[in-house]
Amino acid sequence: MTAAHIPAARNPLAALWWVPRGIIFGLMAFFIFGPLFNLLLWTVAEKWYFPHSLPLEYGFSSWAKVFAPRGGAMESLTNSLIVALLTVVVSLALAIPAGYALARLKLPFRGLILLAFLIPQAFPNLTVYVNIARIFYEIRLNGTIPGVVLVHVSHGLVYAVWIATAAFSAIDAELEQAARNLGAGAFRAFLDVTLPLAAPGLMASAIFVFLESLDEFTGSYFVGAPDVNMLPLLLYTTAAGGNYQIASITALLLLVPSLVFMLIVERFLKADVLSRVGH
Amino acid sequence: MERNGFLELRGIASRYGATQVLTDIDLSIAKGEFVALLGSSGCGKTTLLRLLAGFIGPSAGEVKVRHRDVTYLPPDKRGMALVFQSYALWPHMTVAQNIGYGLKLKGVPRQEIATRVAAMQSLLGLDGLDARKPSALSGGQRQRVALGRALAIDPEILLLDEPLSNLDARIRLTVRHELRALQKRLGITAIHVTHDREEAMVMADRIVILNAGKIAQQGTPEDVYNRPASAFVAAFMGAENVLFLNGTPQGDQFAIAAGPANAAGSVPLGGRALAAGPVEARFRPEAARLFAADEIAAIGPGITFRGEVAAVSYPGGHWRHVVRLGQTEIMADAERAFEPGGRVAVFVPAEALFLFNLPEAVSAFPISQTSSGKVHA
Repeated sequence: MTAAHIPAARNPLAALWWVPRGIIFGLMAFFIFGPLFNLLLWTVAEKWYFPHSLPLEYGFSSWAKVFAPRGGAMESLTNSLIVALLTVVVSLALAIPAGYALARLKLPFRGLILLAFLIPQAFPNLTVYVNIARIFYEIRLNGTIPGVVLVHVSHGLVYAVWIATAAFSAIDAELEQAARNLGAGAFRAFLDVTLPLAAPGLMASAIFVFLESLDEFTGSYFVGAPDVNMLPLLLYTTAAGGNYQIASITALLLLVPSLVFMLIVERFLKADVLSRVGH
Repeated sequence: MERNGFLELRGIASRYGATQVLTDIDLSIAKGEFVALLGSSGCGKTTLLRLLAGFIGPSAGEVKVRHRDVTYLPPDKRGMALVFQSYALWPHMTVAQNIGYGLKLKGVPRQEIATRVAAMQSLLGLDGLDARKPSALSGGQRQRVALGRALAIDPEILLLDEPLSNLDARIRLTVRHELRALQKRLGITAIHVTHDREEAMVMADRIVILNAGKIAQQGTPEDVYNRPASAFVAAFMGAENVLFLNGTPQGDQFAIAAGPANAAGSVPLGGRALAAGPVEARFRPEAARLFAADEIAAIGPGITFRGEVAAVSYPGGHWRHVVRLGQTEIMADAERAFEPGGRVAVFVPAEALFLFNLPEAVSAFPISQTSSGKVHA
């Protein structure tokens, strides 16, 4: 505000700065909140068809349908949460040692190794997942929770490893050396000093992996369906069937964990960790 | 008590890639001794300290503590506590947790840790700060926490990596004395790395001067100050005035030939092995005495140079003159100011005039600060 006052003294037009600003912020708000509002309306619409810009009847019957024992939403939600949590556990179990090694050791081709984690994303998802599905079918992983978890891990590992590497690089090696010097073995120093200091960054990487897993569609579809149904799949089938009420409620269910975790990320992910991603 | 060979280094060498950082370091340190490793940056002094702490292995040689080979022991098995230049305090732990960490590792009961941490805190003047995180401490307090953390484990050997360099000049002076007094009281063997000559002089029993990865000289502070073994040590210890003279040994005297700026004279050899030929002469500004040109300047053995005052300034306590001798300029201090442009005589007493034979080529003043030219006598 104060910045606007100073040029106003010289230039009378400057007083009108709020006009373009207001328009830009208004448009941004519309593009962000417009679809969300539409989605919220759909979740409580009983009857809503084309020429009407607002629902004709409101009600919660779709909610009852979704949460009915045969609605499938609870099953998908449970599956999605279990898979997401397992994906986080497996990804971190791989990313912590990998990130530590990439941050601390003088590895040859370090950049190349970091880039290699991007490979699952470098090719069209469909091609990759169709082939994974074929292989998993042979080793009987298709249609199982571990199968879906593995697919999600391959997808989320790039975030996990990159952020973990950044988190460990941000910790001064002398802090570990100080612990070693006072009598801590290598692993004890890691547990007492490095891990607690890297925890915010690791937490953030866990959250990213969790959200990626909740959202993931293609892999879940090829490897999981029809035995393991996930929320995005439910969203897809209901929306494709024209049932926007059910689709919107499912979308809302997907949105809640995302919002909660974004708030946590905002608390935990410090700028100094982010700035080292990829270094 | 072992007077000798408590901590022994034999033929230590270290290389970093293709660079030889340390060559042939032999050092024997007695129990309870305070040794300062002195050198300019890049001389290998920090490498030597990290090698002692076990963070890097030597490429040759061995380290022994009480005749036990520790060369390849991991850092946690050495019982040497290092105070880092950056302090390396753990930001997620409180002051008390930082100091008590080493005791926790040893499995000391919680109650005893608390008492010993409290004792350490009052010893270092950190009372009432136990619950603070390092980020909420001042530089001086952090330095003391780092010291407390190292001392809490009762180390036999304390390694100090320029622990005073991040402190304000004023605090640094008091901490020097505190640290030295504490080390004496606890009877710890201390190895202190520094590039600060005065700090090393004030604190250490013995100074080891490193140059390009080699020991240039070691001895008591007064030894290295008054009897530098090489031109490098003389320059490093403050004898920055450099002149080139010619001379020949005659009995127990070294006769110096007359030159454009000095009359002939002689100084006692005093056991120095000087060969005939060109020599590099070094002396400190405060060792020189200034006289007006017509005054009689010879008081005792020494050499008198004649020149002209080029500039004068008052850095405090005495007047500092820049005196031009031929094409060279030297610095000399005096109680009173001489006018710029006036002719003066600069008398350097024999005991303050350090003479060194020149190596084959005349390129022997690597860190001379007055290298504006040279006078060949």
